[in-house]
Amino acid sequence: MTGPASLEILRTRSGACRAVRDFFFSRDFIEVDTPVRIPSPAPEEHIEAEPAGDWFLRTSPELQMKRLLAAGAERVFQLGPCFRRDESGPMHNPEFTMLEWYRANADYLDILADTKSLVAAVATAITGRTTVSRHGRVIELMPCWEIITVRDAFLEWAGWDPLRDQDPDRFDMDLVCKVEPRIAERDHPVILKDYPVHGAALARCRQDDPPCAERWELYIAGIELANAFSELTDASEQRRRFETATAARTARGMAEYPPDADFLEDLDRGRMPRAGGIALGMDRLVMLLAAAPDVASVRGFV
Amino acid sequence: MYNASDLRKGLKVEIDGVPYAITEFTFVKPGKGQALYTCRLKNMINGSTFMKTYRAADRIDQPVLEEKTLQYSYNDGHGYVFLDQDFEQVTITSDVMGDSRHFLVEDATVRVLFHNGNPIEITMPTFIEKEVVHTEPGARGDTATNVMKPARVAGGYELPVPLFVNQGDIIRIDTRTGGYVDRVKR
Repeated sequence: MTGPASLEILRTRSGACRAVRDFFFSRDFIEVDTPVRIPSPAPEEHIEAEPAGDWFLRTSPELQMKRLLAAGAERVFQLGPCFRRDESGPMHNPEFTMLEWYRANADYLDILADTKSLVAAVATAITGRTTVSRHGRVIELMPCWEIITVRDAFLEWAGWDPLRDQDPDRFDMDLVCKVEPRIAERDHPVILKDYPVHGAALARCRQDDPPCAERWELYIAGIELANAFSELTDASEQRRRFETATAARTARGMAEYPPDADFLEDLDRGRMPRAGGIALGMDRLVMLLAAAPDVASVRGFV
Repeated sequence: MYNASDLRKGLKVEIDGVPYAITEFTFVKPGKGQALYTCRLKNMINGSTFMKTYRAADRIDQPVLEEKTLQYSYNDGHGYVFLDQDFEQVTITSDVMGDSRHFLVEDATVRVLFHNGNPIEITMPTFIEKEVVHTEPGARGDTATNVMKPARVAGGYELPVPLFVNQGDIIRIDTRTGGYVDRVKR
């Protein structure tokens, strides 16, 4: 592991943050600051929050940003710190910088259009080009993004259908060992889309046969950069999904989080509009643009 | 047994009775998925490598490894005979000795790694001294330092040496590279 970042990389990082803000301001988004210390993180099967007194440090600002949509905001973005316990590796730091944005009256494909424009705009602002180089390869960020469904990717490279056979454990292993290495060979960004419902506790479910979660992940040079949803707005479905995730956490001996009553009340009262949202790892984006080896080397302190 | 969270570069593990060394190690975590630990594993017996990914819940066997210091005695025709500190004989085949066999000299002290009592890896002293038993005389006056000529040392190993080295000289050899280091005496 390397780092901390050189002054030159900190300048790149600052420029990237500025380009992100310019991008969203020009599209009539408002920048928001939601609390970093919260009582009720969303229960996710494989994400553990860092305790902070009786509360927790946020693992994502998702629930609070959705509450702003419920309060009438139509376009919100936030760039700020998030914390995930025991996540440390070349692509992980226990404290990291997340970019999230949400659009009311939109879905995950509207968010995809935003993402394409954003990545190109930030790359142009930083490097003057719409390409990034990684390990001697040039990745063209414009105009072609390849969209592959999770089902097709797994049928092609892992030999099974993860929508029909719900097997979260095998899914993770084959994603890492069989699917992601193939995605990493592409010299353009790849969108992996329409995931099994497990593991996407806040995504809207599409009632196809079999059903899938309206969720996509962006990969550039094999690095997973962002996760987007059509947001789940159905209160009883959301409660069920939280309960399933909580049961899985309890079975694994993970901490129990009190439910976020305010968020659920917004859903109960029908205040939350149809929406699309996304979380993008800002450190990873800067790492790609700066051709840095890992996320630690684009952070000022390690 | 090791837990997946114990895994790190350099750790030695056992899979199906074979000892492996972890030569690369990465923490990975797909979006919304479980933490996984991806390792490159090097077979400590035949040197082959492969990638393996462990889940957090996986348990990994710990190999029984022991390192001993042995003193070389002689070659009995079937293998290389060493003595341990209790003067017990240990025979190591040329397969296991690999290239190290070229650098054995009488009474040389080597470190040997045993897995379940079987020798699997030999670590030679970094530098050993050998007598040059055959080399052509160097051309008089040719003092260029990068010009080398072939030489054979006691035991039959051949290596390039500088032109000024003569038959009967003692030279020092680096056992990690098999290359000439310097001349010890004429």
